[in-house]
Amino acid sequence: MREIVIISGKGGTGKTTVCASFSYLARKATLCDLDVDAPDLHILLDPRPRVTEAFISGNTAVVDAASCVGCGACAALCRFGAASLSGGKGSVDALRCEGCGVCVDLCPAKAIAFPEKHCGDWHISDTRMGLMVHAQLFPGQENSGRLVTLLKRKARELAREHGLDMILCDGSPGVGCPVISSLSGADLAVAVVEPTPSGRHDFQRVAALCDHFRIPVAVLINKADLNEQETARIEKECLERRYALLGRLPFDQAVTAAMVQRKALTELPGELGGMLRRAWDMILALPDARLKGRLLG
Amino acid sequence: MRIAIASGKGGTGKTTVAASLASVWDGPAIVADMDVEAPNLHLFVHPALSEEQTVFLEVPRLEESLCIACGRCRDICRFKAIALFGKRLALFPDMCHGCGGCFAVCAQKALAPAQRELGMLQSGMALGQRFIMGRSRIGEAMTPPLLRAVLNRIEGMLEDAPADVLLDSPPGVSCPAMTVAREADVVLLVAEPTPFGFHDFRLAHQAVRELGKPVAVAVNRAGPGTAELAEYCGRHGLPILMELPFEPCAARTYARGELIAEASPAWRERFVTLASRLRDFSRKAKDA
Repeated sequence: MREIVIISGKGGTGKTTVCASFSYLARKATLCDLDVDAPDLHILLDPRPRVTEAFISGNTAVVDAASCVGCGACAALCRFGAASLSGGKGSVDALRCEGCGVCVDLCPAKAIAFPEKHCGDWHISDTRMGLMVHAQLFPGQENSGRLVTLLKRKARELAREHGLDMILCDGSPGVGCPVISSLSGADLAVAVVEPTPSGRHDFQRVAALCDHFRIPVAVLINKADLNEQETARIEKECLERRYALLGRLPFDQAVTAAMVQRKALTELPGELGGMLRRAWDMILALPDARLKGRLLG
Repeated sequence: MRIAIASGKGGTGKTTVAASLASVWDGPAIVADMDVEAPNLHLFVHPALSEEQTVFLEVPRLEESLCIACGRCRDICRFKAIALFGKRLALFPDMCHGCGGCFAVCAQKALAPAQRELGMLQSGMALGQRFIMGRSRIGEAMTPPLLRAVLNRIEGMLEDAPADVLLDSPPGVSCPAMTVAREADVVLLVAEPTPFGFHDFRLAHQAVRELGKPVAVAVNRAGPGTAELAEYCGRHGLPILMELPFEPCAARTYARGELIAEASPAWRERFVTLASRLRDFSRKAKDA
């Protein structure tokens, strides 16, 4: 089974547009939206959930004022600035609470409850492009990394169950917790890069993260004509670092037009769809990425 | 006043707006790049950095000779950073959230403080204003503690000399974005009127509303979807303080790493107006 994750470093470079286009071309794949913070793939794929479940993760400390003796132990122990003593009673700011439970375990009066948090919902859905696993973290909630890990596990189970040989994942921007969870176990990271100072800078950071985890990288340059010099520079860096180059996509209003129609570019006639098809064929022709990683490692 | 420039979706133009807004700000300001995973503001405002500091998280280190393998530290750790294999304790400092619970329960004093590098904090001057940024270490999963370190430093800078604070925020609606929004007086959401942009804008609005923060909106790359976005803003009482048209010349200015406020006098005027509207908005929000 091959696991491909689409990343970018910088947000808004076109990850979801590319992922939807590849989803349409992938024959036997489970699709997965790992951008649980701000998921958008469902907007194009129109999923019909067959399974919906609550994502329960982590806990929040809640002081029971009636049993609190006002000793202040919680405030003294809390390293996140969440617990404090006010009006002779302890209290915990739920937004700052890290869910470590130290105050809960060490409260001499046992006055702190530790209820679980319902952080979001996740779904297994049918789409016109195949099975899809996706989720929505409730706005302002935490544990996105754990939700990503859960989605990947479900995607693998589904793929095994249905005899699918690929998992195609839309990733999130940045290089932090959800991205690290997304890359765990991946065979290939496809970076969608914008030839701007920000795009190149953030691509370098996420590529360094992939190198750190020994995950091969393939690069698709989007809006390539915005800055030809930056495009050339990125391509040169990719050659030096032995990242596969999947091509250049031009800056084109067709991208927004397809989004408005809720379609993938590869579903529609047009130049961009053809370019994305060629990029996808190149991905399929790449040598087994995981094996290559092992040999090089 | 503290203004967080935020968005749900990435790439809607937070940094573009923050950089140009900073360039026309008519008073002392601290310009801060809080997107520590993908910091870009410095690429547009070209700071002269004068200070650099590594930020650490306190994690445990085992003094093996003192450990009696009682398992208390393992029991209190909710982050799977401590395991007990028979009579041997194993620490996984990468999993640690720095809660300090293990230190608190170890009666043998067998755990000593050690440090995990979270990233860097850099500061200096840019556009004639004080500038600060965080940069997370590649491979580091946790960004909120680094963000808190940057925010603490900003508090120190404000004690030295009062100023407005412009916070270029991380994208999304999860911990990093919320850690920054929580410290702001007002949140300026930069929205893109595309289906993806509108969807994520609503998520961001919900998240920030739960924090009880006043929200204003800047529309970037205004286009056919603007009416729907404006209708939503009207319904929720969110003032649209600026609408940036979609112009290829602006995109290319950005792609060269230049400030779009310097693309033409008309573009500059848009940001001068935004700055004054933001001041009015913050003042009214404060009075309300």
